[in-house]
Amino acid sequence: MELVCPAGNLPSLKAAVDNGADAVYLGLRDATNARHFPGLNFDERRLREGIRYAHGRGRRVFMAINTYPQAQAFEHWRRAVDLAAGSGVDALILADLGVLDYAAGRWPGLALHLSVQASATSYEALAFYAERFHIRRAVLPRVLSLAQVAHIARNSPVALEVFGFGSLCVMVEGRCLLSSYACGKSPNTVGACSPAEDVIWEETPAGLESRLGGVLTDRYGPGERTGYPTLCKGRYRVGGQTYYAIEEPTSLNTLDILPALREAGVAAIKIEGRQRSPAYVGQVARVWRQALDALQAGRFQPRADWERTLGGLSEGAQTTLGPYHRPWQ
Amino acid sequence: MRLSLGPVLYYWPREALLAFYAQVADWPLDSVYLGEVVCSKRRALNLDDWLGLAADLSAAGKEVVLSSLALIEAESELKVLRRMVEDGRFRIEANDLSAVQVAVRRGLPFVGGVSLNVYNPHSLRVLAEAGLYRWLPPVELTREGLAGLQAARPPGVETEVFAWGRMPLAWSARCFTARAEDLPKDDCGFHCLDDPQGRLLDTQEGEPFLVLNGIQTQSARTCDLLPHLQELQALGVDLLRISPQPQGTGQVVARYRRALDEGAVEPLSRRLAPLGTCDGYWRGAAGMRAPD
Repeated sequence: MELVCPAGNLPSLKAAVDNGADAVYLGLRDATNARHFPGLNFDERRLREGIRYAHGRGRRVFMAINTYPQAQAFEHWRRAVDLAAGSGVDALILADLGVLDYAAGRWPGLALHLSVQASATSYEALAFYAERFHIRRAVLPRVLSLAQVAHIARNSPVALEVFGFGSLCVMVEGRCLLSSYACGKSPNTVGACSPAEDVIWEETPAGLESRLGGVLTDRYGPGERTGYPTLCKGRYRVGGQTYYAIEEPTSLNTLDILPALREAGVAAIKIEGRQRSPAYVGQVARVWRQALDALQAGRFQPRADWERTLGGLSEGAQTTLGPYHRPWQ
Repeated sequence: MRLSLGPVLYYWPREALLAFYAQVADWPLDSVYLGEVVCSKRRALNLDDWLGLAADLSAAGKEVVLSSLALIEAESELKVLRRMVEDGRFRIEANDLSAVQVAVRRGLPFVGGVSLNVYNPHSLRVLAEAGLYRWLPPVELTREGLAGLQAARPPGVETEVFAWGRMPLAWSARCFTARAEDLPKDDCGFHCLDDPQGRLLDTQEGEPFLVLNGIQTQSARTCDLLPHLQELQALGVDLLRISPQPQGTGQVVARYRRALDEGAVEPLSRRLAPLGTCDGYWRGAAGMRAPD
């Protein structure tokens, strides 16, 4: 299985490559990708430098152009596709039907991967993309159980990539508008969820409060650990109870089920976290490289030091198998 | 401009659904969408029941469209989808690409639902080539975004806008109603039946924010685009969709009908949207913004 690691900037790309990533994925410095955060991502010069670095060491570079352009902005996404193709990336990670159609027609030799943002959760959906755009790989949403992943893999016309580690979206990617409901900006339209410029932190007599677009998303007691206040990871009131009504602030970690993922026919493991530091990317890549090498050598056994490293890097310092462990359909 | 009734998004008991659709036959609607779109564990009506209702409503003069499940994960869900398409008597509303693909293979024209993520004319053209004859923009699309699409709309494609109701905002494989009951999804106890209009989620300062509806999350406020009727007409929108609620749907239909027929938008009775209305998305603002 291939290890695909995130890079929010050139140092992260180098850390990923140096620590064993088979491929690195990145995005441009604009709304064409789903990690459009201030100070993050690549301009054309850095992109070319990153590609040179990765290719020089036999690794590949994928570019995510995985948001949904509106009519007036479509030209900009087209230019991003052309820029990526011209700079020599090894694959594009796309979600929008129009962008896929453009890329497939304009650059027929370029490998296209279906982004997780396209929300394809069945092999029938994958068949649509494969027949029309000849996609070669699809990244599955983080909502499927292991049995479902295996079933899709058996019937899929293309190779599958699944998320192995990092932040967990509890909603189907590409199908969540909670952020724009509160503040007008969503991953689909601007490439960011709960964007920092719309978040306000405020110390109040009731405690430290986080707000998104004015909506109170959480309130912290003295000494309570605070994370990034993503809308779905706040505490709300339902039926008189206040709790994490949508999602606990935990991270996904599928290291324990790596052999089962391989058995299921998964071709690549993706690490989430283009917004993370180069040190984070390097540490996570190293652990997963060791794990995949052990798997390849037939001596895979989750190691305590791996779990310690990954656990220490996780949001809320807790990890979960996410939906992969669901026993039911 | 025509009027449609979207699928019931909540889990209503069988008797409630049958009583509701008995009334629908007499309402001044052009199109009615039928079927379970949220959770395949909701089985108050099975596919044959839905097909029976579809035949009745069709005989009552409505265009009937069968809506597909929005999140398809299991083979059993694909089987229902295939049966729906194979029946062939009714067109389908495809709420994900699985449904599009199954309709394409059967050569059946389809409606593209709000969760298909059509944000630009190029995407719309791809789907029109595959057999789409009507589409709904994502609920977060702004007036300007829709204008851009309408200007380059492929010939023969109709546009339907989600105009009234609590907006579907997110889909998950997890069930938030079961989570609220502290139950696992696979043993959920069907508590959605306790919530005929979903379960309200408030912020910690008591502001109604969202609605939990099984694996779907909705807006707490009711979207109402009727005050923007002239703009919708000017953009060439063909249908306005009303999303069913347990009480007052007939009155909402009547209000929209009168506006379409007579051009006059009546003031809204608070009873029809007790938590208030919103139209922020249309105006390019946060979706939850109340009308100015």
